[in-house]
Amino acid sequence: MSKYLMNKFLYTVDRDPDLVERYREDPRGTVTWWEAEHAGTLLNAIGAEATTHPEFTHEEREALAAHDYVKLFELGAHPFLTLTLFIALFERDYEEPMAFQREYAARLAHFSLPYPDIAT
Amino acid sequence: MATLAAVIASTHHPFYYKASTATGEDRPPYADAWVAKIEAFRETLSRARPDVLVMVGSDHFHQLWLDNMPQFLVGKAPVYDANWYNEEREFGLPRMRLRGQEDLSAHLLRSGLDSGFDLAFSNELRIDHSITCPIITLRPEADLPIVPVYTNIFAPPLPQPSRFVHLGKAIREMIESWPSNLRVAVIGTGHLSLELGGPRQFGPHGPDPEFDHKAVEWIAGGDIEGCLSEVTLDSLWTPGNATHGFMDFMLMMGVAGEGARADYTDTLDLFHTMEAYFTWYPNGVPAQTGTGARP
Repeated sequence: MSKYLMNKFLYTVDRDPDLVERYREDPRGTVTWWEAEHAGTLLNAIGAEATTHPEFTHEEREALAAHDYVKLFELGAHPFLTLTLFIALFERDYEEPMAFQREYAARLAHFSLPYPDIAT
Repeated sequence: MATLAAVIASTHHPFYYKASTATGEDRPPYADAWVAKIEAFRETLSRARPDVLVMVGSDHFHQLWLDNMPQFLVGKAPVYDANWYNEEREFGLPRMRLRGQEDLSAHLLRSGLDSGFDLAFSNELRIDHSITCPIITLRPEADLPIVPVYTNIFAPPLPQPSRFVHLGKAIREMIESWPSNLRVAVIGTGHLSLELGGPRQFGPHGPDPEFDHKAVEWIAGGDIEGCLSEVTLDSLWTPGNATHGFMDFMLMMGVAGEGARADYTDTLDLFHTMEAYFTWYPNGVPAQTGTGARP
C-alpha cells in the first residue's frame, strides 16, 4: 500500500495554484510527471537526498489519473485532502452553491461504516 | 501568577468570514442570525479583558504533514503569519498576522515537558483557520499576542480522548503557575459531528444531531466523566468521519475542569454542521464591558 504517496500527491497539488490547474487540465500527464520527478522529494532536502522508493500501485495511479475520488475514498486516501482538492478542481463547473459537494456525497452513498481505513 | 480570565470552546466554521462580510444577493439567509450569535459570544471574551490568548486548534495538513507529524505542538515565535492559499481559495479567508507571546510559549513547553507531556515545538509556524476562525469571530481586531497549541485530530494514529482532557487540565495548571501578572484566555476550537469527504457530508444539518445534543450537554455541564465513558477513538467515527475534532472540545473541558458548568452556552443549527459556543469564567463572571454589546 502507498496511501502515504497518494496523500502526498493530493497534498502537493492542493497547496500550489499552478499544480491545481495543471492537474485539472491534464490529470494523467500530471500524475506521470509527478511520480517520475517529484514523488521522492523530501521537504527541505536537496535532490540528491530524495527518497528512493516511492511508487504508486496500479490502482492508485489509475484513480488519480482518472480524477476518481470515489476510488480514492475506497483506497483510503485522506478524505479531507481529496475533498479540498476536488472542490478546487470542479466546484467552478457547477452553478448552484454546494452542488458539487452534494454530488460528491451522493457518489459515495454506497459506503457504510466502517469506512476504508485512512491510517498511514 | 497569571490569571485564567476565560476559557472558551467553539466550533470553527471557515464559512463565517465570507457569510458575515457578504452583501446583497451574495449574503446567505442565515448570515444575520449567525452574526448576532457571534457578536454575543464575542462579548463573553471582551468582558474578561484578556492580555494573552492561548489558541488551541489543529493544523489541517498545512504545515504539519505526514513526514513529520507531532501529536501536540506549541508554537514559540515572535509573529505568526496566518491562513494559506487553499483557505483563501475555498473559504475566502484573508491573510492575517498575529503577534506571539514567547514567554508563555516557553513556559508551556518547559512545564509541559516536566509534567509528562512531550510537547513538540515550532519556531516558524504559519497558522491556519482552526486558529484564525476564532480570532475572526472573537477578537477581529487581532490585537492580542497568542500562543498556538496544535493537536492531532486528523492523521491517525491519534492520542486517546483522555489524553486531550489531561492536556487541558495541565495547560490550566501551567497557566496558573506562570509568573506573570497578565490575564490569559484559553480559546480552543473543534467540531461536533462532522463529515468531510464522505457520503454524509454537506447535509441539511450535522450528520448526527443526537451526538451533537449529547455533546453540548457534556460540554455545558462540564461532564468529563460522562463524556469519557462514551467517547473512544473508535466511537467517534460513527457521528461522522471528521468528528475526532470533538477531542479539542474535550481538551477545553479539561481546561475548564471536572463539573464546571459553562457560564455561557449557545448553539446554532447550520447546514452541514452545528455551531456551538461555550465560555467559562474560572475566577468569577466579570462585569459587562458597557460597549453596548449584548450580555
